[in-house]
Amino acid sequence: MTPSIGSLPPKYRVTVDHDRCMLCGRCVENCAYGAFRMENDRILTNSRVCTACHRCVAFCPRDAIDVSERPLDYRSHPVWTRGVREAIYNQARTGKIVLSGMGNALDYPMIFDRLVLDACQVTNPSIDPLREPMELRTYLGKKPQRLDLKRREDGEVDLLTELAPNLCLETPIMIGHMSYGAISLNAQLSMARGVTEAGTFMGTGEGGLPEPLHPYQGHMIVQVASGRFGVDIDYLERGAAIEIKIGQGAKPGIGGHLPGEKVNGAISKTRMIPIGSDAISPAPHHDIYSIEDLAQLVRSLKEATEWKKPVFVKIAAVHNVAAIAAGIARSSADAVVIDGFRGGTGAAPRVFRDHVGIPVEAAVAAVDAKLRNQGIRNEVSVIASGGIRESTDVAKIIALGADAVYIGTGALVALGCRVCGNCYRGLCPWGIATQRQDLVDRIDPEVGGRQVANLIHGWTLELMDLMGAAGINSIESLRGNRDRLRGYMIDQALMDVLDVKSVGA
Amino acid sequence: MCGIIGVIDRGRETMDGTAIRRALSMMNERGSGEGAGYVAYGCYPEFKDYFALHVFFDNIHETKPRVDELLHEWGRVVHDEEIPTWDLPRLRKVHTPWRYFFKPDTRLMPRSITPAEEIVTEIVMRINTSVEGALVFSSGRNLGVFKAAGWPEEVADFYRIEDYEGHCWLAHNRYPTNTPGWWGGAHPFNLLDWSVVHNGEITSYGTNRRYIESFGYRCTMFTDTEVVAYLVDLLVRRHALPEELAVTALAPPFWDEIDAMADGRRRLHQALRLTYGSAMMNGPFAIVVANQDSMVAFTDRSKLRPLVGAENGDRLYVSSEEAAIRAMDPGITRVFMPRAGEPIIGRVVA
Amino acid sequence: MEELVIDAAGVHYTPLNREIRAAVAAGVKRIRLENVLGQRFIANGVRGDVAIEVHGVPGGDLGMFMSGPRIEVFGNAEHAPGNTMDAGEIVVHGSAGDAVGHSMRGGRIFVEGAIGYRGGIHMKQYEGKRPVLVIGEYARAFLGEYMAGGTVLILARHGGPAVAERGLGSGIHGGEIVLRGGVDPVYLGAGASEVALTDEDWERVLHLVREYARHFGVDPAPFERRDEYIRIVPASARPFASKYAWE
Repeated sequence: MTPSIGSLPPKYRVTVDHDRCMLCGRCVENCAYGAFRMENDRILTNSRVCTACHRCVAFCPRDAIDVSERPLDYRSHPVWTRGVREAIYNQARTGKIVLSGMGNALDYPMIFDRLVLDACQVTNPSIDPLREPMELRTYLGKKPQRLDLKRREDGEVDLLTELAPNLCLETPIMIGHMSYGAISLNAQLSMARGVTEAGTFMGTGEGGLPEPLHPYQGHMIVQVASGRFGVDIDYLERGAAIEIKIGQGAKPGIGGHLPGEKVNGAISKTRMIPIGSDAISPAPHHDIYSIEDLAQLVRSLKEATEWKKPVFVKIAAVHNVAAIAAGIARSSADAVVIDGFRGGTGAAPRVFRDHVGIPVEAAVAAVDAKLRNQGIRNEVSVIASGGIRESTDVAKIIALGADAVYIGTGALVALGCRVCGNCYRGLCPWGIATQRQDLVDRIDPEVGGRQVANLIHGWTLELMDLMGAAGINSIESLRGNRDRLRGYMIDQALMDVLDVKSVGA
Repeated sequence: MCGIIGVIDRGRETMDGTAIRRALSMMNERGSGEGAGYVAYGCYPEFKDYFALHVFFDNIHETKPRVDELLHEWGRVVHDEEIPTWDLPRLRKVHTPWRYFFKPDTRLMPRSITPAEEIVTEIVMRINTSVEGALVFSSGRNLGVFKAAGWPEEVADFYRIEDYEGHCWLAHNRYPTNTPGWWGGAHPFNLLDWSVVHNGEITSYGTNRRYIESFGYRCTMFTDTEVVAYLVDLLVRRHALPEELAVTALAPPFWDEIDAMADGRRRLHQALRLTYGSAMMNGPFAIVVANQDSMVAFTDRSKLRPLVGAENGDRLYVSSEEAAIRAMDPGITRVFMPRAGEPIIGRVVA
Repeated sequence: MEELVIDAAGVHYTPLNREIRAAVAAGVKRIRLENVLGQRFIANGVRGDVAIEVHGVPGGDLGMFMSGPRIEVFGNAEHAPGNTMDAGEIVVHGSAGDAVGHSMRGGRIFVEGAIGYRGGIHMKQYEGKRPVLVIGEYARAFLGEYMAGGTVLILARHGGPAVAERGLGSGIHGGEIVLRGGVDPVYLGAGASEVALTDEDWERVLHLVREYARHFGVDPAPFERRDEYIRIVPASARPFASKYAWE
């Protein structure tokens, strides 16, 4: 059948300035999609395959390459946007669900950007974090509601309460779960080195824990998801903590799918499935159909690891997130991860990515309020993820009530990712979302590790400055301190949810 | 900037309000004439078994009957009267201060181990959040808070503070930033047996408020100090922490100091910080907290506000300034400055 | 001219200072203030050559902005004596509160006993002006933070360490902190480093030790052992340059 739709306008146009080009061929070498070729001492381009990953731009020694977006656009229309039209063309051709990469691409207002932070003037001094102590240390896990103490005869006080195991973070910034398979070993190794140096943690994702990561296992949170890939007692024991993934902000309510072509020898080993077979994570955990079943799995994981490790539960931020989190808090879980609808992913159905779930700012505010209201805030730590872009987002979400954050896309950007959104194609020219060895080798884990550590360090310094300006020298005093936030052009209903006042109030 | 002073006689000898009035006025440089107050412990010996509720009424015809009704519902008032005051040119009776001597009916709160206190707390929270035009600002047994908007000597003369006797006194000279001129915003803040005076600003107020409100307390006075009284009540009365550990919870050592401690102490301090992270107070402060049997003073953990202690026999003094203590008692023998976060504690031994 | 005696009992600091200034202008060289209790700002901004004795406990900011006079306090000093002082001398027969010698740019302060937190913070020096703060016993946390010049000397006469609290010399980028009995390195702040005294340093320190002894009538001999002293100096004149990157 000949398609009657014809070809669509190219997304990008790649042009080479032949006056500047020195024919070094680096663009041809670097482009994994085949957008360049050299013919008769001239670089020719195929714009149709370009993803705007900028690998060619980054490695052209002469700045001879230009990539422009939407060189030829559709007739503009506020309702029938380019995205809407192209989804229809696609589905008219295929009759299938449209998949896309990275996070939510719709133009919703960013709540983070409508919250402003506070600083001290006169009535209390701002603190200079360089010379005065500034404490970002964060413990994740269950805290007692109160302590049982006993005074000895010599006047010293003994602690009778046994503390639950907690993770100790030197900065409240962690890297979220991106599995081996979804991303490359070298990308994971880079992040593992980075978090180890920064004194924080990262998630393994549902791809098991490949052996080269074992030296960093003290900083890894191992994930148990609905497919249970890579899960065995050895894996559970290696992790510093265990995370049960119920859902993900980029695609709440649905499972995951690693295509068989990505399942090479090494990945088949860590996932414990045959080479070339699809790795399918179901939408639900088929041993969890109700909240008491979750409690069962939490306790089972704890029992297996002799109650030595905190167990986290990750859920997508959905409408009823506060009540769900309160249920999780009663399940013996030590932390709840709230993943907002801006969370990234390698591949998600476009409709889910763009339309299901709620922003993490509102979700965390609601969760913190509900937990406090029920007097169980100390029962669980709250980890926020999904759309954390810079240190101010970290400060704001902590002021709304989170204990710590996971970053995902931000860490990948620190490795060179240009957010082109083609992760699902497995050809990532930056060596991140690919298993092709020549591409993976583009990341040197030592260099990558330094970049990740630098990013966390830079944000940590900024966080200290922001806290110091607010006269706060310990992160505990920022947590849930919504008095230090003001809403700017936020409607009253949302202000009530966030429990913040307007600017000027 | 505010001026604070406190004294406790460890032999329970009483003092009238003359000396503390003089001492507080010494620190007028630290105030602005918009708020001052005193609390005397032991000032109502004839009603010592009853909760003395001091209430500001905007209007005794409309609002007082609602408070009366609530009190009769929850217990018995043995005596009540307007607190005697004397109008001054600059300080007029904006509110009518009233006192009730009240005994709660403990059968109404059967599940609590401190039912009388639970009932009084509930009444205070309820009046302060839902009875417009009434504010309970003192609710302990055998103690009374006397405060208003004005200079210390004016407030003292308004209530004739020299007519009251107490074995422990706290006083405060206010320089307000948040709620100027509001009588309820003057210190001391009191709940049950606890009274607090405070110099500084608590930058963690939002965190502390969210924490304390999850235990049923309601912050109604628009100022950060109120939360301290509730935190101390929670930690010491309801959670039974010894006073010095309650202070540690509110102004804990830094993590690097905790890391360097010997095993047992480290575990205790780590547990305190983990458990009470949301109760920890940040920002510059010096605080004095008292109850019937003790007085505790401490600063923030970087010691951003001044605090001086001194002794003369059974008398223990604390203040923002040594000069204020000397104005009160020139015979002091030992003057000292506590370290950051380290409490000065005075307990009645008699 | 002979000594002027002022009874400060109940006198507000403004008329008190007015009286001091008038006396200095009239050529009085010695003033004795009696019954001082809590008055702030004594000799605040006063210039000239005059010796002022303070009997009692003065309030905060004693000798602030002062340029020339010599003050001797027989009692404890409050918060920040010698704050932003330019020249002259303050001798305290007692102890002092927090922020002693804050931003001091010249002159000398001798405290017989101990001082509180943030002593010598932001002390400066410029050409011939080199402020000096000498403490008999010990200092609390954050001593000499952001110090840009001058000398802080602590004699640890009480037998314990001169400083055993955090933030010693944080961000110091000029000047020196000299401690008798050394310091546990865990208390050194960012940008501060410990060095030994050179001959020239020792000569300067010895001179200050003897001056302290003379002020308070103590025998300097026990404090004249050079090997007991260490110096805290800046590791760099730009301690925090590495914190920032350009956009």
